[in-house]
Amino acid sequence: MRRPLARRITALVAAGLLLPALAACGSDDDTSTAGEGGDSTLVIYSGRNEKLVKPLLDKLEKAVGTKVEVRYGDSAELAAQILEEGERTKAGLFFSQDAGALGALSKEGMLKKLPQSSLDGVDEAYRGGDGDWVGLSGRVRVIAYNPDDLTEDQVPDSVHDVVKPQWKGKVGFAPTNASFQAFVTGMRVLEGDDATREWLTDLKANGAKTYAHNLATLDAIEAGEVSLGLVNHYYWYERVAEKGEDKVNAKLHFLPGGDPGALINVAGAGILKDSGQTEAAQKAVDHLLSEEAQTYFADKTKEYPLAAGVTSTVEGLPPFESLESPDIDLGKLDSLQETLAMLQDVGLV
Amino acid sequence: MNTTASTAPPAGADAPAGRRRVRAARGATSDAGRRPPLVLLVPACAAALFALLPLGYLAVRALERGPAFAWDVVADERTLALLGRSLGLTVVVVAACLVLGVSLAWLTVRTALPGARAWSVLATLPLAVPSYVAAFAWLAAEPDLAGFGGAALALTLVSFPYVLLPVAAALRGTDPALEEAARSLGHGPLRTFWRVTLPQLRPSAAGGALLVALYVLSDFGAVSLMRYDTFTRAIHTSYRASFDRTPAAALSVVLVVMTVTLVAAEARTRGRAGHARTGSGTARPAAALPLGRWRPVALLWCAAVAAVAVVFPLATLGYWLAAGTSATWDLPLLTDTALATLGVAAAGAALTTVLALPVGVIAARHKGRGARLLEQSAYAGHALPGITVALSLVFFAVRYAYPLYQKLPLLVGAYAVLFLPVAVAATRAAVLQAPPVLEDVARSLGRRPWQVLREVTVPLAAPGVAAGAALTFVVCMKELPATLLLRPTGMDTLATRLWTETGAGSFAAAAPYAATLILLAAVPSYLLGRHRP
Repeated sequence: MRRPLARRITALVAAGLLLPALAACGSDDDTSTAGEGGDSTLVIYSGRNEKLVKPLLDKLEKAVGTKVEVRYGDSAELAAQILEEGERTKAGLFFSQDAGALGALSKEGMLKKLPQSSLDGVDEAYRGGDGDWVGLSGRVRVIAYNPDDLTEDQVPDSVHDVVKPQWKGKVGFAPTNASFQAFVTGMRVLEGDDATREWLTDLKANGAKTYAHNLATLDAIEAGEVSLGLVNHYYWYERVAEKGEDKVNAKLHFLPGGDPGALINVAGAGILKDSGQTEAAQKAVDHLLSEEAQTYFADKTKEYPLAAGVTSTVEGLPPFESLESPDIDLGKLDSLQETLAMLQDVGLV
Repeated sequence: MNTTASTAPPAGADAPAGRRRVRAARGATSDAGRRPPLVLLVPACAAALFALLPLGYLAVRALERGPAFAWDVVADERTLALLGRSLGLTVVVVAACLVLGVSLAWLTVRTALPGARAWSVLATLPLAVPSYVAAFAWLAAEPDLAGFGGAALALTLVSFPYVLLPVAAALRGTDPALEEAARSLGHGPLRTFWRVTLPQLRPSAAGGALLVALYVLSDFGAVSLMRYDTFTRAIHTSYRASFDRTPAAALSVVLVVMTVTLVAAEARTRGRAGHARTGSGTARPAAALPLGRWRPVALLWCAAVAAVAVVFPLATLGYWLAAGTSATWDLPLLTDTALATLGVAAAGAALTTVLALPVGVIAARHKGRGARLLEQSAYAGHALPGITVALSLVFFAVRYAYPLYQKLPLLVGAYAVLFLPVAVAATRAAVLQAPPVLEDVARSLGRRPWQVLREVTVPLAAPGVAAGAALTFVVCMKELPATLLLRPTGMDTLATRLWTETGAGSFAAAAPYAATLILLAAVPSYLLGRHRP
């Protein structure tokens, strides 16, 4: 009985050794120019999910005029990778899920200042303070609710209301979600640490239920586990895409009056200074700000386009101008460490 | 079995110096004092150095802002709390894995359990389930499981085969004569099991438990889904929160210290026990113990474990496939991804096995500080989160091996660093079961050390080493964080596709990749379950 297993596994291993060798031969030709050959290839590190942005980035080659390679990953991990790569980074462009990761590269001086012409199209509130990154699409915090339980007028207009006794055990949220944490950071910036800590303590004491992510929160609303959920607006549309509109019951409530619960965060991009691909990366940024790309964000990822002159086409989504989001400098959302410490103190993560 | 050893002509012409012959003739276990031959020592040291790369990186990063800053991070009271949480989870999971692993191994190997073979295969299959898929399945079914209980459950159900496999192998390898003697002296079956069988299983159970412990310490997927804050999760959070690698590195150093402590504790537990028979190696199977009226209970136990560890995650995947509209079978993409996964995992398993071989042989055959240090080095990085190992390889490759950066060899190297202990443990156990007297005979016949290795040790240990390779192959297939950072741009494995699809929130679209991953990983797991050395 000894030989067969050993032999089978040896064969498997040998086959396995051959495969990547073959694959390497095949792919070496394509990648050999990356990173070192100046502008012949643009390498994009995309912290945005492949499912969401691949069609958009696939079209980029034509707009940029050089070969484009995209490396998909997690925004935070890719930022850490670029920091570790330093001057020898392969990335020409970093396309990030959130402002924080771009801020980290900016802080280390790894990003190139964008030309004014690129920056001008986007509201100052949604770009890097040093002009070295630009927001491409906007995502809004909302309260989702179950219309079987309550009418829209009954849904709180402020996150401060969800800690009231009437919502005891009826609120769901995702404490480990980056957007939730950005919202808490925003609350700290707007209302101070003491008020935020108190709100978090009240939220927990009020029996709010925690979920792994926004989608799970939405599902809990659907299942009747909770009546309200603190989520990002586009997840609702993702659920509709996944299940079909007739099967999604929950509805969204956009908060008025500059409530911290209505924070707008952005996904954006920055050009790596040292990559030798700045020209192509510049063209890519301009393309991502073009009407075509901005319309893509509106239609496909259901986010808000940020370039001037493009409006969302999604049915039922309130116009961007009508959102009463809090007035906050996104650059100040980089104190995430303190937010996490607070969440840990309160016992939410 | 010994054909390889006897076909080569004796190397009489270059007979070794008399001194060596005298030493070899001193007896079967006289290797303790001898320095390992260079043919083992040099590659073993190379493997150990390779495995220590992450530590070098951690030292650089942790001390970047001075020891005071690193100490502040480590001495924070939260660090102690995290340590407690991580250790608590580890203890519970290891204990549960020991109960599941030892009981199932004993039932399937030593008793007249109906369908023992099928049960042993079934009990190995959970290896094929990635921890994040298991956690996901449980959470989807029961959201209230989140927390310690859920994390412990998911981790136990995917890692108990780490105990089951070596214990089952040891049960088959040990001489039943001892137990029969105990029975003939009037001990009942339970007492015999407790007093005679179990002590013989201690080294293999401890080795498996160590792998489980290190796996729990390094796991990110299950604990993050279950929202149970452990050290590894805190390290991830630290990267995420501040994009600052210094605190993460300082915390990782604590994890390394924990690993070394655990490895040392395991070495103490297993003591000097080896279980090679002194005879020629004729395997006499133990008589199957009749279960009598315990038969239904035993069957129920096996069925329950199979149901929660195998049937349940598969059924959940099936449900996702059936329920979601985004479940599309993109066959060409799925095939490409599956082939790429098999390729890198096989290459990873091959490199890991080759690197582990000299370390495992030394660990089995040589005692003393040097041998222990080598083995511990191989384990040092194993409890580190994949992202830390990946970033350390980014660091080294960008500086010293730029042409390899984001190429396959680096990814394969990362697998070797991450999973070296899995292969070392298997090699060590396999070599321990091979009677050292055969090596001594070969040496006394004038074989040089590398000839002894090639003609005696490796052929004797081959089945165990192959089993270790299969196990490494499975864990490489499931690896996610290092693969994400180090894969060549544009390459995907089933795990990264799975990550992409769930990241977009479409569980149904992820299901085909999860199902394929589990099915493919089930093949080597199946072979391991059927494996009868």
